[in-house]
Amino acid sequence: MTEVEYHPKHELIREERFPHVWCPGCGLGIELQCYLNALEKSGIPQDSHVLVSGIGCTARIPGYANLDTYHTTHGRGLPFATGMKIANPDLKVTVISGDGDLFNIGGNHFIHAARRNMDLLVICSNNFNYGMTGGQHGSTTPPTSKSASTPYGNIEPTFNLPYIASALGASYVARWTVMHPRQLTKSIRTAMEVKGFAFIEVLSPCPPNFGKFNGFKDGFEEMEFYRKSSVVQNDAKLEDISIDPFHGKNIVLGDFVNRKRASYITLEHELIDRVRGGGQ
Amino acid sequence: MNFLPPGKYFADGNFALTEGAIHAGCRFFAGYPITPSSEVLERMSIRLPEVGGHFIEMEDEIASMAAIIGASNGGSKSMTATSGPGFSLMQENIGLGVITETPTVVLDEMRGGPSTGIPTRVGQGDVMQTRWGSHGDLAPITFAPNSVQESFDLEIEAFNAAETYRQPVIVASDQVIGHLTEILEVKNMEDYHIVQRETRKIRNGNEGVYDYSRDFIPMFEAGTGFRGNVDSLTHDERGYPSNESSVEKEMLEHLLNKVRKNEDKIVKYEEFLVEDSKLVVVAYGITSRSVKQAVKEARKEGLKVGMFRPITLWPFPEKRIRQLAEQSKEFIVPEINYGQYSHSVREYSQTEIKEMHFPPGAVPDYRVILKEIERCLR
Repeated sequence: MTEVEYHPKHELIREERFPHVWCPGCGLGIELQCYLNALEKSGIPQDSHVLVSGIGCTARIPGYANLDTYHTTHGRGLPFATGMKIANPDLKVTVISGDGDLFNIGGNHFIHAARRNMDLLVICSNNFNYGMTGGQHGSTTPPTSKSASTPYGNIEPTFNLPYIASALGASYVARWTVMHPRQLTKSIRTAMEVKGFAFIEVLSPCPPNFGKFNGFKDGFEEMEFYRKSSVVQNDAKLEDISIDPFHGKNIVLGDFVNRKRASYITLEHELIDRVRGGGQ
Repeated sequence: MNFLPPGKYFADGNFALTEGAIHAGCRFFAGYPITPSSEVLERMSIRLPEVGGHFIEMEDEIASMAAIIGASNGGSKSMTATSGPGFSLMQENIGLGVITETPTVVLDEMRGGPSTGIPTRVGQGDVMQTRWGSHGDLAPITFAPNSVQESFDLEIEAFNAAETYRQPVIVASDQVIGHLTEILEVKNMEDYHIVQRETRKIRNGNEGVYDYSRDFIPMFEAGTGFRGNVDSLTHDERGYPSNESSVEKEMLEHLLNKVRKNEDKIVKYEEFLVEDSKLVVVAYGITSRSVKQAVKEARKEGLKVGMFRPITLWPFPEKRIRQLAEQSKEFIVPEINYGQYSHSVREYSQTEIKEMHFPPGAVPDYRVILKEIERCLR
């Protein structure tokens, strides 16, 4: 047996903070690794990257990355990151948080950050429920599925996250699962180059909560189900890709949108130049 | 225009608050329109691009407060402006600013409440919210201007206090002061003391994000290689979250003590004819203007009454109130609410307090206060 002195990514992680808080079978470790792999390949210096999150299991990811990291209040990672990016546009600001944080309590901030085409990379880990508080349902819980607060099955329709992001004008939109780590890493890497708002939805299992409530015996079985239900279709019609895997509908993945649209920071700097130049 | 040139201006409180902030080095404003503070937001949208700063109108007050904390961590002196309903929405993130030790300035221009209340008219119903509004223990710093001049001067002091004590500092103005037009005198820039922010960059060995053995330690600057964790969870000196009561004790006592130990430096007040007074009227903000008039009239009648005006509502001017309690048999506390600051005056003075409740919507009539002074002293 060979002993290793360092974690292979010791420069990029806070080794002293491990073991992490996540449950066995959780997908968030993979997500952290995909982000760090993308960061390494990005060519952007490590110290220019900052990670911001709200509250929840996914929001613990920044705490393990050896960067300047900001763990803020529930749902408010996006406006915090907006302020930080505007104040210091040299930073490469990534917001990594869960579906509940970004789309339930923080939904209003999401629509406005995307509408502004704010220069942020947003990675949303979607596990279809509130993991940290025990598996209650939210706006991303698939139809009829069970949760700690939908014991008789969910009667609410779900958000279709890529469709929302695209409709609001995001420069970049993608969806992957943690069972697609290469594609996900590549997608994050691409999104790091994007000017404006880049959004990636990542489906991730929550074995003790959403998994358990919906009959999966462990995280692997849940991941396998998502993988088998998935099809990659980069040119998918986004209005059709809401997630409903328990009624035989495929989960559509892909790099859906990558377009050039004036970003907030670009327009704001033009405005400041115009004002300081004497007002044209 | 960079800074408002020295000279005399005929200006309103909202103008003065905005220009005071820019003098203090504010280069980031995030806000949401709300009566009666909207003119601050509007003027910031003109002025910040002129000075190379940043203005953004956010989707709500929750986002505004989050954005200024983010911007402050990004390196900008930052502020927001609001009124009662927006101030309520900001409370959670004011706590974020406290626990992450992020300097920001929050202007709360008080109007009638509760809820939507009387948006266009004066109130003083937020003073306890500036003290206890955000959950958990905190040691707030709140300035309460009573004139256009003080709106300018205290805005600078608020930024200085925010940078020094590394926490959100509140300026509790009100609808009348905000819209009142009177003389504002602006001095030469070099005559103002402005606290410039120091930051730490690359981390030195095991240097922590915080150092609880010291009251003051500069923030680290994002993007310079410090690699620090800033957390809304209770954290140790490394910035790492902890569930331990011992860590909570260490962090919390640091957060509270950095203010409590320096109360003498922070506390400001104005006294008017209190030397020989048998009765002291405690009043702040716009109410103090009516009280001053009432005290002047009462003195003409030979009544020994004076006014004590806290300029910092918090920390509470405890020492001075205790001293005054020894010489005066009674305090009157008129407020445009149904008894808020009066509770603290009663608590600290341990003497008899006469509360005077004025409903939001109007400035207290000095004659009503005068009558109360006469009743007490005759």
